[in-house]
Amino acid sequence: MELVKPAFGLIFWMFVSFALILFLLKKFAWKPILEMLDEREKTISDSLNSAQKAKEEMTALRAGNEKLLQEARNERDNLLKEAREAKEMIINEARAKATEASDKILASARENISNEKMAAITELKNYVATLSIEIAEKVLKQELADPNKQKELVQTLLKDTKLN
Amino acid sequence: MLNNIKGFRNFYTKATAFSLAFIFSAFLSFAHEHGHKSEEANAKDTAHAVAEADTNHATHAAEEAHHGAEHGTEKFDAGKMIMEHVADAHDWHLWGHTSIPLPIIIYSSEKGLDIFSSSKFNHGHDNYNGYRLEHNTVVAVNEDGTVNEELSANLWDISITKNTASLFISLILMLFIFISAAKAYTRNPNTAPKGIQAIIEPIIIFVRDDIAKASIGPKYKKFMPFLLTVFFFIWINNLLGLIPIFPGGANLTGNIAVALSLAVFTFVIILINANKNYWMHVFAMPGVPVWVLFLLTPIEILGVFLRPFVLMVRLFANMTAGHIIALSFFSLIFIFGEMNAAAGYGVSVFSLAFTVFMTCLELLVAFLQAYVFTLLSAIYFGSAIEEHHHAEEHH
Repeated sequence: MELVKPAFGLIFWMFVSFALILFLLKKFAWKPILEMLDEREKTISDSLNSAQKAKEEMTALRAGNEKLLQEARNERDNLLKEAREAKEMIINEARAKATEASDKILASARENISNEKMAAITELKNYVATLSIEIAEKVLKQELADPNKQKELVQTLLKDTKLN
Repeated sequence: MLNNIKGFRNFYTKATAFSLAFIFSAFLSFAHEHGHKSEEANAKDTAHAVAEADTNHATHAAEEAHHGAEHGTEKFDAGKMIMEHVADAHDWHLWGHTSIPLPIIIYSSEKGLDIFSSSKFNHGHDNYNGYRLEHNTVVAVNEDGTVNEELSANLWDISITKNTASLFISLILMLFIFISAAKAYTRNPNTAPKGIQAIIEPIIIFVRDDIAKASIGPKYKKFMPFLLTVFFFIWINNLLGLIPIFPGGANLTGNIAVALSLAVFTFVIILINANKNYWMHVFAMPGVPVWVLFLLTPIEILGVFLRPFVLMVRLFANMTAGHIIALSFFSLIFIFGEMNAAAGYGVSVFSLAFTVFMTCLELLVAFLQAYVFTLLSAIYFGSAIEEHHHAEEHH
């Protein structure tokens, strides 16, 4: 029964060796390895958590951006609308002013025209009167150049003028 | 001859003890027959055989074996061969007649400390310094060459045997593997494991998560160094034992002294860490009537010692049985070869296939035994530090 009889020498060496390796490995291997494993697991879970957080932040940020964009769009629309209104107003105003100005010009032109016309008519009248007198003078001169004619005229006039 | 007979008887007893007869029944029937014959023969001439043979048979047998081998007529003895491979030795056999002599360190109250090479014994042929090697054991001899029984019983033999040397080799190997891995961890923290880290890390995490955390609970950290050391110690030595040549081949974990030492470590750690609750469950199981306690307490006290004992037997028996089975299949070749060369060659095909199969199985067993030893240790630690949480259960 050599097999089941534990040998003292081997038990002795086994205790010494196993205690030694337990001590050495505990100090120089298991402690750093287990610490590093824990640390790495912690790092990984932290990283995952922060990634999740970042994702949530991104979503929140995207929602914020969307809101900002919507506001900007609304403002742009408002601005455009206001600008359009301003444009309309300016155009209308300008048009009104232009009409007014042109009306005034037309009115003064018309007045001038009528004034000029009246002046022209007056002048024409005066000229026609002068001309008529001259013509009458010339005609009279020609008619009364012959003394016989003068006598005849006097005779006629005398005849018409019945002495009563 | 008597040595052969003893070898066979040894082997026969062991094989039966491990209840493995069904696996190699063919071979065993052989051994069985021989065993019975030799027992009968033994009984007849015990009277004179014991007296002289016990002192001389080792020398004679060794001489016979030596001459036999020289002339190529040595009768193959499977039992002896297997026992030589499974048991411890004072030299490390390499091949043929070549072996590495190992130091003998022996202390006796009379002669003091002696350190010398095992080659001085010349494989049990010579006496040296009042000592002789008999059955692989160093005994003290008198001037006239007879064994001094009284002195032999008081020898303290701490020789570096084959298993001790193998233990030192595995020690260096483990220190190298794990300290270099630890350096890799501290050098590149928080990076993916590489090389040696990648091999041991899953196992370390397996031991931590599936053995320690699962069996011990939140206080597992305290026991991690022991569990990891014992796991890798058993596993690496099991694997070294499967390598047939130097520096492997020693049946270290299948040696009862090693299994005993490991079990004692577990036992001591249990005793140191056991809390009040644990002792209460041993001496006065809560919720059990007093008259039952008279029956239960002795069983529980027995259980305290039985647990490490079972740890020891399981590791020892499993590893030794594995070696014996693989070697038995291998022996079949030579047993049949002695009957007939053709039969030897014919059987060798099947024997080799079975040996390869057994070795593959042993690879699994190597891991399994390391796992089982570690797991059971962890479960015992867990029960030793378990807190009192079902006090009201029995009301």
